Amino acid sequence: MSRLALGLSALVAALFVTALAVGPAPLGIWHGLQALIAGGDGPEVLVMREIRLPRALLGLMIGGALGLAGAAMQGYLRNPLADPGLIGVSGSAALGAVLALQTGLAATVALGLPLAALGGALLGVGLVLALAGPRGSSLTLILAGIAISALAAALTSLVLNLSPNPFAANEIVFWMMGSLADRSMTHVAIAAPLILLGGVMLGSLGRGLDALTLGEDAAEAMGVNLTRLRLVLIFGTAAVVGAATAVAGAIGFVGLVVPHLLRPLVGARPGRLLWASAFGGAAMLLAADIAVRVILPARDLKLGVVTALVGAPLFLHLIYRTRQEGL
Amino acid sequence: MLALRAGITAIGLLAGTALPGLTEDVPRRVVSMNLCTDQLAMLLADEGQLISISDLALDPRSSAMVDEAAAYPVNNGLAEEIYLMQPDLVLAGRYSALATVDMLRRLSIRVEQLDPATSLDQVTERMARMGKLLAREDVAADQIARFDQRLASFRDGISPRPRAALYFANGYTSGDQTLAGDILSAAGMINIAAELGLVSGGVIPLETLAMAAPDTVVTGQPYPGASRSEEILSHPVVGALQAGRPSTSMNAQDWLCGTPYVLRAIDQMAGLRREVQAARERQQARN
Amino acid sequence: MTLLALQDFAVTRRGRDILRNVSLSVGTGELVGIIGPNGAGKTTLMRAALGLIDSAGHSSLAALSARERGREVAWMPQQREIAWPVDVQTLVTLGRTPHLSPGQRPKPEDQAAVDRALDRMDLLSFRDRTATRLSGGEQARVLIARALAQETPLLMADEPIAGLDPAHQIATMKIFGALASEGKSVMVSLHDLGLAARHCTRLIVLDQGGLVADGAPQEVLTAARVRETFAINAFVQDTPDGLIFQPLDVVT
Repeated sequence: MSRLALGLSALVAALFVTALAVGPAPLGIWHGLQALIAGGDGPEVLVMREIRLPRALLGLMIGGALGLAGAAMQGYLRNPLADPGLIGVSGSAALGAVLALQTGLAATVALGLPLAALGGALLGVGLVLALAGPRGSSLTLILAGIAISALAAALTSLVLNLSPNPFAANEIVFWMMGSLADRSMTHVAIAAPLILLGGVMLGSLGRGLDALTLGEDAAEAMGVNLTRLRLVLIFGTAAVVGAATAVAGAIGFVGLVVPHLLRPLVGARPGRLLWASAFGGAAMLLAADIAVRVILPARDLKLGVVTALVGAPLFLHLIYRTRQEGL
Repeated sequence: MLALRAGITAIGLLAGTALPGLTEDVPRRVVSMNLCTDQLAMLLADEGQLISISDLALDPRSSAMVDEAAAYPVNNGLAEEIYLMQPDLVLAGRYSALATVDMLRRLSIRVEQLDPATSLDQVTERMARMGKLLAREDVAADQIARFDQRLASFRDGISPRPRAALYFANGYTSGDQTLAGDILSAAGMINIAAELGLVSGGVIPLETLAMAAPDTVVTGQPYPGASRSEEILSHPVVGALQAGRPSTSMNAQDWLCGTPYVLRAIDQMAGLRREVQAARERQQARN
Repeated sequence: MTLLALQDFAVTRRGRDILRNVSLSVGTGELVGIIGPNGAGKTTLMRAALGLIDSAGHSSLAALSARERGREVAWMPQQREIAWPVDVQTLVTLGRTPHLSPGQRPKPEDQAAVDRALDRMDLLSFRDRTATRLSGGEQARVLIARALAQETPLLMADEPIAGLDPAHQIATMKIFGALASEGKSVMVSLHDLGLAARHCTRLIVLDQGGLVADGAPQEVLTAARVRETFAINAFVQDTPDGLIFQPLDVVT
């Protein structure tokens, strides 16, 4: 195991434990961990097992999913600006999830919620890739992303406004910004299968993405099956982003910031960046979720607010740099 | 339907004019544009005096008087439509469409605004005020007397008082200085919001709710269509707190407005208190 | 032994014949230059022969599975793309991709192949440099090294020497020649007819999608052929130092 792998795992582990220790209930960290592991029937066990553990697990899974999806999209498009949130994939997934919830599909079909979100995400990825072309130029990628995000957001708002439920319309901000507040083990169970499946799919792309460094022609001539790679990428991304968005809303910038920060540490190799970004994404989302709980403990500050505050300036910097390089 | 309404109005007008003691100050064409004034007016108005109520009065989730409301033409709280009804008194809530209220006043229509009731004492105050506005003080006094009498019957010698949590969408709760809090305490329960320092209301995080371990959790009733806000009401933690213990979801229409229908809410809560008590006794007997 | 065989080979795109009726075969020990004016179909011929675009007729390479093909032929596209700032060692190691099974890390023999390729291209001192920060010519050499590291019997390269300085152009053609003398074959497209004349063992001339000449440089680069296909007058002379080809003027 490399030093980077060791460092990242240690960071994720530390943040995971911290996430378990943060919350409005005054539990000492050892006391809390004891309740978590040993069990029993006190309220501490309820707090640890039904509130903090699912929240930390979701932070881990969803952060990993978003980091991985970002690294995979960037590797495929050979463009550091590709992030599932920014190019409209998360937004489309949110639309799918909202449709499933409001039509009752989510309640009647097993895994209906994440599968519908997957469907939405699939549409989003497909559209972006179709619009941006094989090697997405920054301009078309961002323009396509803006258009798809705007359309998905508008349709999401429309569906929520049409809902007979008076609370639904107020939840537009949740679907746009994302939150892990008050999630339960049910949500872990909803998201886990598709995130694992999609994660394995995306994780298998390392060699192909490495070869794509030399361009599509060279990669294909080296035995990379581009059609298969494209399909695996699309389904894998849709699965992880769909499942993540279905339970936590659209959280942007994780897939942008994390690969960018880690790229120099893996020698810029897209394949190694995949797993590193999965760890890094988990660390970033856990940290963001700790931050929202520490900054405004009494309110549900949206995760997307924190990730955007970190990510948007970096995004601007990257746009500036790609312009300079004339990409 | 229109003909029927017109008929009712005509009869009402006839009846109204036939009554003795009516002066020029008595409003004859009253329009209500707020859910709570709707219900107070329906309870107290003379026949034909109330010519329109708000559309919310027909919503069974919010209104305790849906059946009665069916007999009235509804309005959507728009200044234009209300003006065309030529009212001589418009009843509004303190916070309902301020622009509409201003507009109506500029058109020299008398608008009276009522504050929402935040305690059971205020329920009778609002009834008295409405009685005065509609020149139906005698009817109001009558109903207030009956209300006070029933309320007193709930308050007789309750002990022990179980600890209850009111838990609504987004983790909101109502504190002691609210109508809901008053209903709870009139039914003989302690509101845990007070223990947590929430006076008028606010959010109880799930963790805090779990740690507070209330004897019973009263949840809001979810609306049709899904919402993340209401998902919290089916969170496993709420489920665990309710498991094996008496609990219920509230009928919001009885809790929302300061009308005598709050007695129904108190009655429901008193029933819940007795169940909690019975469960506790069974538990003790087993030990 | 035949490394590439094309039979009645044709490419049609959007109803237009890009390439038609091409038959040729490449054996071992050849350095084949593909020449022709812009738009003659040089790139299309090589990409279609590899099976990267649809074609009609038979190509022995396109018939292989993607993996087998990767061990039979290395391809260096004209587009010199290096998408990420990886180091030279990493980039050249990518050439070993077809030799690794899924999930397998490069073995010592792969590293040896990479070292040979770096050595051949005089890039040993560049090993740890970031590829994207190199000059255009250096990047071209790195990409050639990548193709060499694939160590296939046949190497196909689309304008590999464009943009190199004269010394590196000559050196690169000599490396290709050395590969040919080791029994491998190289197929390159190029515009510099002087280098083609001196270094290639065989030239294939394409014009408007058709194969118009195929043979030794002395046979192919005649004054008449050059005038007809390239619309230039040229000085051509066979000397003890090899064939000298110098374009002089455009035919008006």
